Amino acid sequence: MAQLYYSMKPTPMLKDELDIVIPTIRNLDFLERWRPFFEQYHLIIVQDGDPSKAIKIPEGFDYELYNRNDINRILGSKASCISFKDSACRCFGYMVSKKKYIYTIDDDCFVAKDPSGKEINALEQHIKNLLSPSTPDFFNTLYDPYRDGADFVRGYPFSMREGAITAVSHGLWLNIPDYDAPTQLVKPLERNSRKFDFSLRYVDAVMTIPKGTLFPMCGMNLAFDRELIGPAMYFGLMGDGQPIGRYDDMWAGWCVKVICDHMGWGVKTGLPYIWHSKASNPFVNLKKEYNGIFWQEEAIPFFQSVTLPKECTSVQQCYLELARLVKEKLGKVDPYFNKLAVEMVTWIEAWEELNSPKGTEAKAPNGKKK
Amino acid sequence: MSVAEINKNEVDIVIGALNADLTQFLSSWRTFFSGFHLIVVKDPELKEELNIPEGFDVDVYTKTDMEKVLGSTNSTMFSGYSCRYFGYLVSKKKYIVSIDDDCVPAKDPQGFLVDAVSQHVINLETPATPLFFNTLYDPYCEGADFVRGYPFSLRSGVPCAASCGLWLNLADLDAPTQALKTEQRNTSYVDAVMTVPAKAMLPISGINIAFNRELVGPALVPALRLAGEGKVRWETLEDVWCGMCLKHISDHLGYGVKTGKPYVWRNERGDAVESLRKKWEGMKLMEKSVPFFESLKLPESALKVEDCVIELAKAVKEQLGSDDPAFTQAADAMVKWIQLWNSVNSSG
Repeated sequence: MAQLYYSMKPTPMLKDELDIVIPTIRNLDFLERWRPFFEQYHLIIVQDGDPSKAIKIPEGFDYELYNRNDINRILGSKASCISFKDSACRCFGYMVSKKKYIYTIDDDCFVAKDPSGKEINALEQHIKNLLSPSTPDFFNTLYDPYRDGADFVRGYPFSMREGAITAVSHGLWLNIPDYDAPTQLVKPLERNSRKFDFSLRYVDAVMTIPKGTLFPMCGMNLAFDRELIGPAMYFGLMGDGQPIGRYDDMWAGWCVKVICDHMGWGVKTGLPYIWHSKASNPFVNLKKEYNGIFWQEEAIPFFQSVTLPKECTSVQQCYLELARLVKEKLGKVDPYFNKLAVEMVTWIEAWEELNSPKGTEAKAPNGKKK
Repeated sequence: MSVAEINKNEVDIVIGALNADLTQFLSSWRTFFSGFHLIVVKDPELKEELNIPEGFDVDVYTKTDMEKVLGSTNSTMFSGYSCRYFGYLVSKKKYIVSIDDDCVPAKDPQGFLVDAVSQHVINLETPATPLFFNTLYDPYCEGADFVRGYPFSLRSGVPCAASCGLWLNLADLDAPTQALKTEQRNTSYVDAVMTVPAKAMLPISGINIAFNRELVGPALVPALRLAGEGKVRWETLEDVWCGMCLKHISDHLGYGVKTGKPYVWRNERGDAVESLRKKWEGMKLMEKSVPFFESLKLPESALKVEDCVIELAKAVKEQLGSDDPAFTQAADAMVKWIQLWNSVNSSG
């Protein structure tokens, strides 16, 4: 039924059906820039780092805030699955949300402008993406056929034109591109732009990533159907005490894509753009990513060859099976993967606990609304 | 890679002439075709003499030439839009760029005319990345790169077999769609080139296409003809079938297929509603083709493109032959095509 909404004009706001999840360690001044677009939505702030620090949130926003003390209190021993000192902790926000959709954004991301100079309502575009079908089974050369002005091209099978339900909408970034540390070190000045006139490379397209194809999912500007794929959006073990960082969203993306392919759901990428303002320190990044650069060479063939049994009919079942396979196949790459596999299971247990009917009472956060 | 580095001697521009008067078409492309060798192939069913303006380095092929090669009076393999394949057959160059004769250069959002030929060659000369999707699209173009999380072992890419361009104004929609949305024109210029991932199927349009002839030439098969195939794209499927074969073979051999830029401007021509009146069997054939290609596995032993085509033809005949005579004919045509290819290209 939600699929019918995509042709509604204007795009429904879904303000009672969508939570915005933001991880932070400092302040949320950036919200001031997003105010016209975010003010009507409920925010879930996940405060990383020192819980005694007070996070300043601009007036007028409706939010709940969770710090590490809250996470420990709410999850108890299961809090071990939530990363500390890494933005991966944001997935706690997915778990405690009660809404159908999630939009997550980094606190160094701002409103971008399209080539005509108009400010981009990123959230509205994500909603359009999520409410319209995907086309994972056959690539449309005119990209998203459901967009105004587009359609399926000649030769596109009619039986596939209803598309599949969209589980994930992956947005992009103007200005500072999401490069890894080695690339940042080699090209510190590169912006997502053209060489000759430095105009920004704005690619005016949304497309479905074909079934069977993996991609690097960036968590900076990401929306998803939590009711569908939420349990698979675990951002892994990163940060403090862990041998890896900056692979949280990557890990979630590989798991999510495999499961979406299995379930017949679509993952879109492309619009909307946000403006990414801050380039993190490439030397710090290199240290965090170091193991990841080698481990991804093993992880990716693993994910590319995974087949989930047809008995796995729920996302939770798929995820638990994935956890089992991670231990079996990647455990020998590094003991980290054994730990990760254990916490993947913990995550699902915690998800079930919090999202079952009786689990909802225990969740009261520390920081309150307006 | 820049325009200045393109070796024009490696490229043939092949034009299938379905219209006799190519003056407007060739004049509009003059700047971008200049310095290149052209092969113009006349639709054997076209009665009038071709009108080609001066100043082009062009070889023209007609029905007579086809009959010499085919050794018979049967030139239906190369009739209509399929006439261009004859040009692919006789070319001796590394790259082929092929554009329908009702297309002219498009303008990009900055107002500059798009050099479709150069963009195609650049696409073909730079690697493709079919094994993992790059969210910033073509990582080899200036101002872009591989994103965080892209495996380093896959960053050298694979050879690009084909470059599928797009169309502004009249997009390549099928007759029912265009008939339903009579006023719809494509005004969206998407500033990207990307590799279509391995195993993903797509409808490849012959309107604006380029390929590495040395790499995959024999895989561009003029095979599937609709009964009552017409002289407007709405009444054909030959390129879509050819594209399914090409993509499958490219995937099998580890090559890539790119899509996106360059755009061409496609002029108004034909009437979608008129085309819709004809019994449109293309829809049925596509429905049958899709599960076939989805489950098809070429044998590991098929290492040459020609062998892949032969194996594909065998599978088409076995699995689709009983569904529709068009498939049996396509399979036979594919085998015949390889025979022709081998005979023309061994003596050349």
